[in-house]
Amino acid sequence: MTVKPGATRSRLDPEPMPRRDVLGLLSLWSMATALLFATVGMFRLPKAAVLASPSKKFRVALPDTLAAGEPFVPPGRAVAIYRDPEGVYAISTICTHLGCIVHATTQGFECPCHGSGFTASGEVTRGPAPRALDWLQVSTSGGLVTVDEGVTVPSGTRVPV
Amino acid sequence: MSLSLPRTPLQVFRDHLRAAPGRMVHSAFRTGTPSTDRGRSSFVFGNVFLHLHSVRTHRWSLRWMTTAGLGIASVAAFLITLVTGVLLMFYYKPYPDVAYDSIKDIHFVVPTGRFMRNIHRWAANVMVVTVILHMARAFYTASYRAPREFNWLIGLALLVTTLGLSFTGYLLPWDQLAFWAITIGANIAQSPREVTDALGITEHFDPGGLQRLLLLGSDTVGDEALIRFYLLHVMLLPLVAAMLMAVHFWRIRKDGGLTKPADVNQRLGPPPADVYPVFTEEPVKTYHLAAIVRGRTPAVGSGPEHTVPSMPHLFYAELGVLMLTLFVCTALALVSDAPLKELANAQVPENPAKAPWYFLGLQELVAFSAFMGGIGIPAIVLIGLGLIPYLDREEEGTGVWFGGPGGWRLVQRSIAFGFSAALIVESIAIRFGWLREWFPDIPQLVVTAINPGTVLTLIYAWYSVWLVRRYGSTRAGALGLFTCFLCGFIVLTVIGTYFRGPNWEFFWSPADWPGGH
Repeated sequence: MTVKPGATRSRLDPEPMPRRDVLGLLSLWSMATALLFATVGMFRLPKAAVLASPSKKFRVALPDTLAAGEPFVPPGRAVAIYRDPEGVYAISTICTHLGCIVHATTQGFECPCHGSGFTASGEVTRGPAPRALDWLQVSTSGGLVTVDEGVTVPSGTRVPV
Repeated sequence: MSLSLPRTPLQVFRDHLRAAPGRMVHSAFRTGTPSTDRGRSSFVFGNVFLHLHSVRTHRWSLRWMTTAGLGIASVAAFLITLVTGVLLMFYYKPYPDVAYDSIKDIHFVVPTGRFMRNIHRWAANVMVVTVILHMARAFYTASYRAPREFNWLIGLALLVTTLGLSFTGYLLPWDQLAFWAITIGANIAQSPREVTDALGITEHFDPGGLQRLLLLGSDTVGDEALIRFYLLHVMLLPLVAAMLMAVHFWRIRKDGGLTKPADVNQRLGPPPADVYPVFTEEPVKTYHLAAIVRGRTPAVGSGPEHTVPSMPHLFYAELGVLMLTLFVCTALALVSDAPLKELANAQVPENPAKAPWYFLGLQELVAFSAFMGGIGIPAIVLIGLGLIPYLDREEEGTGVWFGGPGGWRLVQRSIAFGFSAALIVESIAIRFGWLREWFPDIPQLVVTAINPGTVLTLIYAWYSVWLVRRYGSTRAGALGLFTCFLCGFIVLTVIGTYFRGPNWEFFWSPADWPGGH
C-alpha cells in the first residue's frame, strides 16, 4: 500500500487490506466455502443410510396353552405377545427410558435398570420412563403370528386370530 | 604433536571413523554435556521435547503445595494408557463376540496381557481422578483468572475428552457390563426426545435420535457401534486429547507460567543457599519480540528473578510425579483385575447395569429422568464452569489456596451445606419417591424437567447468589457453588456406586440384594 503524501503512518501499524485485492478475497472465500462443504460432507458419512441391524420382522407359533393376558416372549426377541378373546397383540419390552429389556409378567412390566413400572397394557405407573411401551404391528396367517418390531401401532390394537 | 608427514587418505578415514560416535551424539545434542547452568539452559532450549518448559522456573511453581503435581500426574496417566493401549491393540479385535474372546485371550494367554490390561484400566481411572482434582486445584487457587481464562476452557474440553476416552473404552470388552452401560449411554444421548416427544415435534426435529444414530451407526448396539467406539477410543479422542494438551501446555507458558500470588516474592522469602543461582535484581529491561508484538503480555515487566534452572529442578519434580503415578497404577494393577463379565447378551440386561464409577452420579440422576439427569444438568454445570473466569474479574486471592473473600471458612461452610443439601434431597427421593409416585397424572414434561438434580442445582444456585450478595464478591459465590457441586457429585456417585442394587433400588449393602448376589 502506498502512503498518501502528508499522511503519517507508523511502520508498526498493520497494513490495511487493499480494497481491490480481489484475488485474495476470492481465495479466502473459496477456501471458506470449500471448508464448509467438506465439513458437512464429513458429517454426512457417519450418518448411515442403511442400518445394519437384524431383521425386525419375525414369525412365531403361539403355544396352545397360552392363557389370556399371559405374556409369551419368543427367544431372542424383545417382544411380549399376548392372546385374548379379542385377538392377538404384541408389546415391545424395550424400556422407553433407557432401552433396558423390561420383565413381562401377567400384572405388567418391570424395568431392572431404573425401576420403571408399566401396566399390562404398557402404561407407565412409576419410575422415570417418559412414555408407554410401544405396541407393535401384528398379522396372523395359518396359526402363525408375524410381528414387525419396526412398526408401532396405537395402544389397544388387537388382530383377530 | 610432532612434525607429521602428510596423512594418508586411509589415516584420515580412520580418524573420522573414530570420531564418528562422538560427532553423532554432538549432532543430536549440539550443546554438549549439560554440566553448567548455562549448558543446561541451552540443552532445554535446544531440545524439542524439553523446550515445552521454560528454561528457568519460578521457585513458587516448584512448591509442592502450588499444584500438588496433579497436571503432570494427569499427563503421566495419559502416557501410561497410551503405551499400554497400543500394546493391547496387538491382540484386540473390534468385532462382537470376537472382541470378548480377544479380551479373554489377553487376560489368560497373552504374556503380560492381563497385567497390561489392568494397568491400562487403572491408569484410565487414575487419570479421571487426577484431572478432576487438577481442575479443583486450578479453581481453588483462582488460577482461571485473567489472563488464563481461555486455558480454563481448554481444561474443561480436556475433562470432557478424558471422560469420553473412558466411556468409549468401556464398551470394547463386549461383556454384559459394557453392553448395557453403552445401551444406557446411547439412550441418554437420545433423551432430548423426551422433550421433543412431549412437544410433539420429534418427526420434524430429532436431535436425540441423530445423536444416537451417529454414536451407534445403527439402531441397536451392534458391530457398527463397536467399531465406532473403537475408532473414537484409539484414534479420534486420543488425537483430540493430544491437540488440546499441546494448546493447554503452550498457553501455560504464554499466560505467564503457573499462577503466582501478587506478593509471591515476600511469601517465598530469600532463596535458600543451596538453590543457586537465583537472580534477585529487578530487570532493567525486557524484550518481547518488541518490534512486532503490541500490548501487554504476561511476561512483560518480569525478569528471571526468583527463578531456578528448569533442569534439573523442575525435571526432577516432574519425573518424581511420573514415577509415583506409574507406581500407583502398577500397584493397583497387581492387586485388582479389570472386570470382565459374561459375554454381552442383548436380551438380558445386567441388573443393576452400572456405568463406570465416575458416571454413577449422573446415572443416579438419570434414574429420575433421562434428559435432565443425563444432558440438562451436565450441560448446565459445564456452561457454569466455563463462565466462571468471565464473571469473576476480581484480583483478591489469585494464586492462593481458597483465595478470595470468605476463604477457607466459606469453603468449609459450603462443604457442610453442599453435603447436607445433596443428602436431604436424595433421602427424600429414596424414602418418599419422586413426582410420579406423588401425582400419578403429572405431565411428562414436568417429570422430565424436575429431577432431584434440578432441585439440587436450584438450591446450590440460590446459595451461591446469597453468597455473592453477602460478600459482595462473585468469587465468593463461585467458591460456594463449585464446592457444593463437588459435594453433590461425591454424594450422588457414592449412592450410585454402593447403595443402588437390582432395579436401581436403594440397599444399605450389596449383601441385602435379592437373588444372592
